Amino acid sequence: MSSSEGETERDAQVPLFARPEWADVVPIPQDDGPNPVVPIAYKDDFRETMDYFRAVFKANELSHRSLALTSLAITLNSGNYTIWQFRRRILEAIDSDMHFELEFTEQIAKTNSKNYQLWHHRRWVAEKLGPEATEGELKFTRKIFNTDAKNYHAWSHRQWVLQNLGGWKGELDYCQKLLDEDIFNNSAWNQRYFVVTKSPLLGGLIAMRDSEVAYAVESIKSFPENESPWRYLRGLYKDDIVSWVNDPRVASVCLDVLEAKKNCVFALTTLLDLLCLGYNPSQELIDAVSGMGLPDTNPTRPDCGLAELICSILGQEDPMRTNYWTWRKSQLT
Amino acid sequence: MDSSTSVTVTQKEQMMVEQQVFQIYSLFADLPPNSQSFMLEIQRDSHIDYLTNGLRGLGSSFCVLDANRPWLCYWILHSLALLEESIDEELENNAIDFLSRCEDPNGGYGGGPGQMPHLATTYAAINSLISLGGHSSLSSINRDSVYSFLRQMKQPNGGFRMHDGGEVDVRACYTAISVASILNILDERLVEHVGDFILSCQTHEGGIAGEPGSEAHGGYTYCGIATMILINEVRRLDVAALLDWVVFRQGIECGFQGRVNKLVDGCYSFWQGGVSALLQRSYPIISGLVASESEEYSDADSTLSATSDIPECEHAATGGSSLQGDNEACHNNPEGARDPSAPTNLNDVGHNFLEWKASMGPPFNPMALQQYILLCSQLQEGGFRDKPGKSRDFYHTCYCLSGLSACQYSWSGDLGSQPAPQAILGPYSNLLEPIHPLYNIVLKKYHEARDFFSST
Repeated sequence: MSSSEGETERDAQVPLFARPEWADVVPIPQDDGPNPVVPIAYKDDFRETMDYFRAVFKANELSHRSLALTSLAITLNSGNYTIWQFRRRILEAIDSDMHFELEFTEQIAKTNSKNYQLWHHRRWVAEKLGPEATEGELKFTRKIFNTDAKNYHAWSHRQWVLQNLGGWKGELDYCQKLLDEDIFNNSAWNQRYFVVTKSPLLGGLIAMRDSEVAYAVESIKSFPENESPWRYLRGLYKDDIVSWVNDPRVASVCLDVLEAKKNCVFALTTLLDLLCLGYNPSQELIDAVSGMGLPDTNPTRPDCGLAELICSILGQEDPMRTNYWTWRKSQLT
Repeated sequence: MDSSTSVTVTQKEQMMVEQQVFQIYSLFADLPPNSQSFMLEIQRDSHIDYLTNGLRGLGSSFCVLDANRPWLCYWILHSLALLEESIDEELENNAIDFLSRCEDPNGGYGGGPGQMPHLATTYAAINSLISLGGHSSLSSINRDSVYSFLRQMKQPNGGFRMHDGGEVDVRACYTAISVASILNILDERLVEHVGDFILSCQTHEGGIAGEPGSEAHGGYTYCGIATMILINEVRRLDVAALLDWVVFRQGIECGFQGRVNKLVDGCYSFWQGGVSALLQRSYPIISGLVASESEEYSDADSTLSATSDIPECEHAATGGSSLQGDNEACHNNPEGARDPSAPTNLNDVGHNFLEWKASMGPPFNPMALQQYILLCSQLQEGGFRDKPGKSRDFYHTCYCLSGLSACQYSWSGDLGSQPAPQAILGPYSNLLEPIHPLYNIVLKKYHEARDFFSST
């Protein structure tokens, strides 16, 4: 890569028109029309690079110098998908070594790691390289997460790598590590769900459910105000209402949180969900909810009294969603 | 991690934002009433200046948006339309001419002249031309070539590719379906298996991700649900879970976040606020509330009378789920989810949606959201931003204004009917134009386009 980097550096210094290797190319200016809207005051190097790019693009010149030009152009605007796509055509035509491409994308990621084109290109390169790329890709995304643990594109990329190239072995541990560092990192929770449901090494959701419920419950107890483990817990019973309603640990963690009398919104929401699905509450639970105050609330229908009461409490405890709780209450049957 | 404290990165960043936001709110609370009203006022003239100046010329820092110029047009033109500001004829003609230069000879619009056609910039270009309105603007759109571009981007898995060799995701589905729907060229071949793809992107959290397995996200959730409504398959989603997810995205800062435990951002005022607006109007149709519980459809009929002219109502029972119930029936019954005998013309769905009455109030807090947009996102010198401490840009200006409009009309049973003064935070002159929430186009402009494309 050092030679190619050097080239990019030189390109940036010496204008293309003054360089002998470009003497045969006639640059093509942008056809913006006489009075364009949103015209951009391009810098000279940007304009010139794009003029030359348009020339090789139009001529469909799939050459080494075109490749070098795309490097330069992408450095100036990594969001230009046309240049990336043309670059892929060149790479295929000249049968370029894809390992250089990994380094190129890493350089681009240093200045902007939130860009669709970069990650799409990286996926394409990894696909070309096949399983040998696995370790490198996992390492690359880890590097991104060191500074931005919730980078959406990087997570998608990592999932693609796992599903298409492999590397599942340490993934649950990696999720655990990220959650140990930041239990509020919802991307890490999402990745945990992905691993638990999709990893060929863990036996699937049903096999993993028991230990995962335990982990979610433990996480909820440490930070009841953290929405992530609550949604994770519910997700563990996706499409299995019967088990959801019948796992005593769910109601039990709600009760624990309610009895601690703080940050009760998610506990109440979860209880409401259980009740609406047919859960039969214990007297202890009824007492815990009833003890939360609201002396003026009188359940109008005894059969759904507790659910109604929970909606009323939520309407007060969670003022941002008052409308939602009122509506939920109106939907109780 | 700093060992002297147990605060995580997420908590630390959140606390910093809360501090900034609450400082603004407490300063506001201490102001005399006349200063308060000034702070809550939409600075129309400043916004219009900022927007029209952008349309006329942009600095060199915009080089990084050189492949997004139709987006810049849309963000600006749609914002101006929301402010009910028309641009002069010359500028209008310049915009039409410029966008035609972004059009590929084989169909679709690219990010600038000579660039490959791309679904997102095609959406942006067409929404720009519709936001401009008028015969020369609308007739500049070549529907046959747009259709052929959309077909070329269609994938066997039901999704769409953003461009030749580009990525496949929920954004691509939305931009393709939205464009086809508004141009009256949506057909079964474009729709085929789109619903399967979107459905595979709804996550265990309730929201929708960009790709299967990814994290639920406000932008993709908007794209996903809008697409599902437009193709008449919204009942296949677990709507109760989606609603629950989206209402919790509005935080203590009063604005919306894009994902769980992420920071508030003004642009989600539209993405998440838009999801709420869509759910508010489609909920009874989706859930088939009463009908799903029993076969006594006559009972359901009166409940749904407000929406009885919607063709879908008639078979709400088949795909229905109660609010609390998991709609497994829908998940497991993809074929049955869209009744092939239904007389609905796919191209009418976006239009019929306007007749869907809001059967519930806004599930989120529109007053709080208006407060965030006006006090934390709005800049007095024009433009809107993500959050305090960030700079303004056209993207945030567009989506803050779109979200603000969605809030203002969130209590209107009929989309676009004049809201009551108490629905508007600040002076009533803050009222913006209503939008069509499926396309994010100002309603008047939508009607004009609908008339134009259904008669030609």
